[in-house]
Parts: sequence; C-alpha cells; structure tokens
Amino acid sequence: MTGVGFAKETGTLAAAGQYRRPARFQPLRFLKGVFVYGLLSLAAFVSIFPFYWMLVGTTNSAVDIVRGKANFGDHFWINVTNLFAQVDIPRVLFNSFFISILATVLTLVISSAAGYAFEVFRSRFRERIFAALLLMLSIPFAALMVPLFVMMAGVGLINTYTAVIAPAIANIFIIFYFRQATKAFPSELRDAARIDGLKEWQIFLRVYFPVMQSTYAAATIIVFMLNWNNYLWPLIVLQTNDMKTMVLVISSLASAYVPDYGVVMVATVITTLPTLVIFFILQRLFVQGMLGSVK
Amino acid sequence: MVQTRLGRNESISGWMFVTPALVLVGLFMIWPILWSLWMSFQTGRGMNLSFGGLANIQRLGADPIFLTALTNTLIFLAIQVPIMILLALVFAVLLNSPRIWGRGFFRTAIFLPAVTSLVAYSILFKSMFATDGLMNHVAVGLGLIPAPISWLGHPFWAKVVIILAITWRWTGYNMIFYLAALQNIDKSIYEAARIDGIPAWAQFFHITIPMLKPVIVFTTIISTIGTLQLFDEVQNITQGGPSNATLTLSQYIYNLTFRFMPSFGYAATVSYVIVLLVAILSFIQFRVARERR
Repeated sequence: MTGVGFAKETGTLAAAGQYRRPARFQPLRFLKGVFVYGLLSLAAFVSIFPFYWMLVGTTNSAVDIVRGKANFGDHFWINVTNLFAQVDIPRVLFNSFFISILATVLTLVISSAAGYAFEVFRSRFRERIFAALLLMLSIPFAALMVPLFVMMAGVGLINTYTAVIAPAIANIFIIFYFRQATKAFPSELRDAARIDGLKEWQIFLRVYFPVMQSTYAAATIIVFMLNWNNYLWPLIVLQTNDMKTMVLVISSLASAYVPDYGVVMVATVITTLPTLVIFFILQRLFVQGMLGSVK
Repeated sequence: MVQTRLGRNESISGWMFVTPALVLVGLFMIWPILWSLWMSFQTGRGMNLSFGGLANIQRLGADPIFLTALTNTLIFLAIQVPIMILLALVFAVLLNSPRIWGRGFFRTAIFLPAVTSLVAYSILFKSMFATDGLMNHVAVGLGLIPAPISWLGHPFWAKVVIILAITWRWTGYNMIFYLAALQNIDKSIYEAARIDGIPAWAQFFHITIPMLKPVIVFTTIISTIGTLQLFDEVQNITQGGPSNATLTLSQYIYNLTFRFMPSFGYAATVSYVIVLLVAILSFIQFRVARERR
C-alpha cells in the first residue's frame, strides 16, 4: 500500500510532510506485512474450513460430529448407505435437476427476450415500464408468498413442479442483466440482418443468441444456482416426499430432534457439489454473472 | 409513410418480446402484492375472511411475538450489515493491490462461501456450534471462553451465531462488487496521494471509500433487503429459538400462514411491515448517497 517505489524521488516532500517515509522503516513494513497476510490467511482459513468440516463429517458418526471430531473417520459407507435407505435420493436429485433446468431454460428465454427488447426497441412507455420493473426488485418475497400460496391452492397446483417453476420465470434481475449486456450488441449486426430480410424473432435467435453466448452462459449459472438453492417457496408448495428437492431434504434431515449428522453431511455434499463444480470450471463466467445480474 | 410503418412494425415486435415477461410479472408479482394489501385489511382464520378495517394493524402493536421478530430483524440488520460491508471493503482493497502475493487464491477462498446453498451452510454452522461441539472445543482450547457455551440455547449467543453465519456467507460476495469497482478507479489518484505522502489508511478513508460510494450504497441496499427477509438461516440453525430470540419477520409470516391455523390477513399485514421497512430504508440510503456528493 505504501509507495516504496516513490520514496526516493519524493524524498523532500515526504521529509517535509508529517508522514514517515516507508523505505526507511523496514520493521514497520515487516509488521504490516505480517498483519496483512495474517488477516488474509485467517479469512481464507475461516472461509474454507466449513467445506473441510463438511467433507470430514461424511466420514464420521453423528456422535463424533456433534462432539467436534475434525479428522477423517471410517463411517463414510455407513453414512452413505443410511442416507440412501432413508431418502429416495435418485428421485430427489431428479426433482432438483428437473426444476432447476426447466426453470433456467424458461427464465433465459423469456427474460433475455424482454431485456433485449427493452434495449433495442423504442417505445414511448419503455423507460417508464422499465423503471416500474426496477422498483419491483425491492418487493420482498415474504410479501408475495401468502397470496401466491392461496393462488396456487385455488387452481390446484400445490405440490406440483409448475407451482415451483412458474413464479421464478420472470426474473427482473435477469431482464436487467440482458438489457445492460445488449448495450454491447453491435447495432450494425441487427441492421445487416434486417436488410437480409430476417424477421425480428429470427434476428434474436440467429444473430443475437450466438453473439451473446457468454452472457447467456453467465446468466445460466446464476439462474441455475438460484433455483437449485431455492428453499422458502419450495418448502411451502412441495409437500410430499416424492416431490422434495435436495435442499428440502437436507433441511428436514437436519431438523430432526436428534439429527444423524453423518447422513446429513453426505446429503449436504450432494447438494453443494453441482454449484461447486460449476464454480470451479467456469469461475470467470460465474463471477461475471453474479456481478451482472445484480448491478 | 414508409418510416411510420416500419416504426409501428418495430414497436409491435418489441411488445411481442416483452409481453411474456410482463404477463408473468403481473401475475406473480403485481397481482399478489395488491392482493396482499387487500388481505391485510381482512381478519379471520383459514379461508373465512371478512373485512376487518384496521384491526390487523391494531393487533400488530399488541402482539409481543411480532414486536420480538421486528426487534430481532432490526438487530441483525444493524449489526451484521455494517460489519460485513467493512470486512468486504478491507479484503477488496487488500486483494486489489498487485503487490499481495497469492491474491488469486485469497480471492477465491474468501468468495467460496457465496457458492453454497443457504440451507447447506446453515446446517454446517448448526453442527459446528453444537453444545459439546467443535466451536466450544476450539474456543475453550484457545482460552477465548472459560467454559463451553450453549450457543444455540442462549438468546444472546444464538443471535451471535446467526450474525457470524450470515457474515461468513456474504462477505466474499460483497467483496467481488468492490473489487470490480476498484478496477475502475483511476490509479493516478493514488499516485498523487502517494506523492503527497498520504498514508494508506488515509487513502482508504479519503479516496477509496468516497470513490466506491455508489457501490457501497448499492450493496448496502441489497444486503438490507436480504436481511429484512432473513429466513433460511434462522429456520435451519435455530428455528427461531430459543424462545423466539432469533425469530425473524419472514419466519413469523411463515409460521402464521403455514404452521399454525392460517391467518392470511394478519400474515399479509406483517408482510407489509417488511415492504414498508424496505421502502423507508432504501429511500434513506439513497438520500444519504446523494447528500454527501
């Protein structure tokens, strides 16, 4: 942080000023370095430790976990067997993937089309409607869930995939993200496609979509994660075991009066793995999407 | 003539692109939020609702559980958000410096919690803070506490655990926003400051923070909205306990609607308290952002 490189050239200035010249005070710099790296290492350790705890937990018995055993044990296969005996994991995984993938595809199609159109087509109401959408970003879900539940119950959709997916599709964050990203979409491409006689939806599918692939990839990651990790709304509308998602399963396993943490940890690893894998493979896109979808 | 026809065609196809999204927003956001407002004036149990005027609002003031949930939510907000934002800022500034060795690793490590599901990490925290568990061994071993604490069984410590957990999950997430914003700051400002002999801490408070102000306000608003809706963590770490010490507004709405005999009208009223809080706090934060410019 201190300007070591500048110390010599600005010697007179620094000496005249009330501040110390960093180059001369090596012990101070050393202490500073120790402090900075100490702080960062502590932060990194604290950040990573729970992941280690989770992995270690899959190999220990519930009793050991609750007693704080933090090294690998030999309970792994017992935990795995118990989990598969208690929960229909293939079915639950299917539910999670089905809901997340379908919701992601629909969200991307509908919200990207809207974001694209908000940027590309001019209309008298465009900015007013868009401002209204942005205002709705601050509506808390808690204020929607009661009427949404009554609504879904009214049309008999409780305990269906539709009830989980439908309210998630029009994602204002993603609409906003695509509008921002579309600003970088060259209008010459669109003009050229028009001269070639392409219809507007053809331009969107055949020109815009291929050009914007990395935007789509980043949005896919974010939306998939959002749906994969969604808890409150699925908790309300999915009521039978055969409809539950991974997140609901770990929640109910862990809320037992005496939870079998070994089993819980195996299930938690299964729940966390897809998002972790996506993150490590597509780190740059992951961060880009996270920044873009909220900014 | 040709111009206007083209313009009209364009606006028609424009609407075609936007309509599906707008219909869904109308159906699943605008309609429920208005319905919720209507419900908040109704009283009764289950589907037997009748118009009750301001009865629900009066009930709010006399409902100790509501007041507890409101206080808890505001405590979480007032303590957790500033700590997290400050930590995120410090890490971002440190990790923006090209002279830090291994900053790629530190960035990834600190960001990693943001990849987990809220329920999954809540469960991890719950198991680490078990009465006879890991945290007590570590804290007693390091001499931080004289005797094991019943973390989740004590009203104060349960709040501490919730705050620690949320801070763990979201600090790296916020850091990423600051890192992105720091890259847009003109480096010559810092060079000028260095030439003038301004120390690093003064640069942080007088250059970095003012330059990052729009992002800080933005992340504060996002975190405020998030914390006012806090549900997943408390539901999975403490279930609102011990004796409602960590109960949040969202959880209370959930309990009112889905755990007890449902009272939709009153739940809707409580939910409008969150709407109001979000509106007021966002407004204040925007004003603060503008004034100091």
